[in-house]
Amino acid sequence: MVTRTHVHAGYLDAVLDRYGQSPDALLQILREIQEYAGYIDQGAISYLSNKLRIPGARIEGVAAFYSFLHLQPAGEYRVLFSDNITDRMLGSRELMQRMCQQLWVEPGKVSEDGLVSIDTTSCTGMCDQGPALLVNGRAITHLTHQRVQEIGQLIRNRTMIQDWPADFFRVEDNIRRSGLVLGNQIEAGEFLRAAFALGSTSNIVETIKQSGLRGRGGAGFSTGLKWAACRDAPGSEHYVVCNADEGEPGTFKDRVLLTRQADLVFEGMTLCALAIGARKGFLYLRGEYRYLLDSLQAALQRRRDANLLGKNILGKPGFDFDIVIHLGAGAYICGEESALIESLEGKRGVPRNRPPFPVTHGYLQQPTAVDNVETFCQAALAIHMGAENYHAIGTEKSTGSKLISVSGDCPRPGIYEYPFGVSVREVLQDCGAVNTRAVQISGPSGACVAEHEFGRKLCFEDLPTAGAFMVFDDSRDLFEVARNFVHFFAHESCGFCTPCRVGTSMLKQTMDKIAEGHGTQHDLREVENLDHVLQTTSHCGLGRTACNPVLHTLKHFRPAYENRLKSLDFEPAFDLDGSLARARQMTGRDDAGAHLNTEEA
Amino acid sequence: MSKKLRVATTSLAGCFGCHMSFLDIDERLFPLLELVEFDRSPLTDIKHCGPCDIGIVEGGICNAENVHVLREFRKNCKILIAIGACAINGGLPAQRNHLDLGSCMTEVYLTEPGLAHGHIPNDPELPLPLDKVHPLHEVVKIDYFIPGCPPSGDAIWKFLTDLIAGKTPELGHGRIKYD
Repeated sequence: MVTRTHVHAGYLDAVLDRYGQSPDALLQILREIQEYAGYIDQGAISYLSNKLRIPGARIEGVAAFYSFLHLQPAGEYRVLFSDNITDRMLGSRELMQRMCQQLWVEPGKVSEDGLVSIDTTSCTGMCDQGPALLVNGRAITHLTHQRVQEIGQLIRNRTMIQDWPADFFRVEDNIRRSGLVLGNQIEAGEFLRAAFALGSTSNIVETIKQSGLRGRGGAGFSTGLKWAACRDAPGSEHYVVCNADEGEPGTFKDRVLLTRQADLVFEGMTLCALAIGARKGFLYLRGEYRYLLDSLQAALQRRRDANLLGKNILGKPGFDFDIVIHLGAGAYICGEESALIESLEGKRGVPRNRPPFPVTHGYLQQPTAVDNVETFCQAALAIHMGAENYHAIGTEKSTGSKLISVSGDCPRPGIYEYPFGVSVREVLQDCGAVNTRAVQISGPSGACVAEHEFGRKLCFEDLPTAGAFMVFDDSRDLFEVARNFVHFFAHESCGFCTPCRVGTSMLKQTMDKIAEGHGTQHDLREVENLDHVLQTTSHCGLGRTACNPVLHTLKHFRPAYENRLKSLDFEPAFDLDGSLARARQMTGRDDAGAHLNTEEA
Repeated sequence: MSKKLRVATTSLAGCFGCHMSFLDIDERLFPLLELVEFDRSPLTDIKHCGPCDIGIVEGGICNAENVHVLREFRKNCKILIAIGACAINGGLPAQRNHLDLGSCMTEVYLTEPGLAHGHIPNDPELPLPLDKVHPLHEVVKIDYFIPGCPPSGDAIWKFLTDLIAGKTPELGHGRIKYD
């Protein structure tokens, strides 16, 4: 072990120094070790434990929490197929099977020569250009049989990933309809100057309040109220956090904003810093968007060079602010703001008890404003155009525009920006969807909307949404859609509270039981009971919404379930007679008593 | 006076500890007998159960015979109750679930000296073991669960008297125990 420690010391010290030997940066440190070494071994853990003065168990606990960190060798090439329902509808399962056959490896296992592992991961945010996968954290889109075969060949030849065809890694923006935000061409710095022109910082908060701006992450809390509460909360430091952990399956608008409008995002964050009195900000970027890191760092550097970040921004004395990018490592739950803050502090992404809310006790227990990527863009625009003009867009209680991520069964998937209040039907028409059976609004935790509801409007008064808009045509089985979502929740439950940890797994087992033809009416009733338990006792929103996909599809598409049921009161989830097979084999018996028929029940 | 309720009880893959705990209701057995009469139960030694109002089953399901008995209870009892840790979770017998049944039998009957004259018993009179031990609710529908290992006599008394009185049973604080 001594020699191993020496081997580590070289690159580990460099990583540790880069993060100022701070235990708060543990996740970033582990992520860099993962990128460098392919996995995090015991030697590295003991070394970190010594240097950072934290227990090895805590380090291991953090490493084990995040999907993209490995404590065991996971192959030189780690291939993760995005497993959202939209990827599946485009044939991802079959492609994954092909690649497994080609490379002689079982899903979820490392090949015997340690070359490659192939597995699935939750939605990677490429739903408009799927099926998609990640190889060693890099996104590859538009998978076809040919492309998968070429990837297999590259892996077999041990070609370095930087030498793979650049075309594989091309991520398209697919902007289909642009508006206020996506059409923004205002120069960087102009928003800050507009804010300075408002005079006092309290006028900024007041303008945001009057604009009616509400958070775009889904919950729709008033941004002005949040900023005011954060500003007024006592603390030694205030922080701005931009939530770019865009994990809700079917959502990819933040990816496009960070590609096209990074300056607008950062300008919004800087405005917020001015309003609440923060000197430090974080952009929490989901690990799946690792490929954006370099361009975002460059954008930050440009802003520093232009004095849009740093000390005395734009010559305003005492206005100091800078932004650090923090990368996630594959955990949906970190999109929940208090889990995100835990993760920022280098811990497992377990949601905190609320209250106290992050506006008073956030990052390092200091007042913290956490807002969605799109919210910061909208805030900057609201300041620039004035509260009244902004308020005129959208509906009475949902002002401004909203980016919608359209995917699934339609010829034109991509990003559509509308004023709030657009109907589901209008979006369907614009994306060219025909014979639509259902639309999943705002991801698995949102709502499944059937044809008779297509007149409903996307806004906080009617159908609130964080942006996902997954289209299913009449060839799709909504039971399988719901089952995919239920598996997603079971996988992403953080495991902290029992109702969610156990409940999401029970829900998954029930859905699998029904899928395998063992389901009964009793099981459908059990789902409703489970929903009650999860809703009333879960620690956070993940557990509270985990039953939604089933309840909503049961409401609109009950026959998709009933067709699969056995017409019995109850049926075991397993084959009773089959479970005697081993004993029959061992005893050599095959008499009537050595069998259990299913009819007797 | 209204008709007495018929109650059946049995122990499957359990230790009879829950039945012993049932006897811990002590002298309250007399008022209970004013309200119920027993069908199949270790108390009566009736071998098969007829139509009943309440069935109480202790222990999990470890072999084919357990399945037959449980199905007989489900078919005949309007209300079926799983009592105790083994009935609800598989309990102690389920500790064999991570072992292969075949290697268990090899170990017990072939490798270890002194048992069964070197062959695995194959008499058709003997029920075959299932490859895994299951809680009751995985094999039939169960209406109520009384947790505990065993549940106390008080818990059983409260549960039964609630049920007989037509109330949804509520054990309440202090009577729910999981060990």
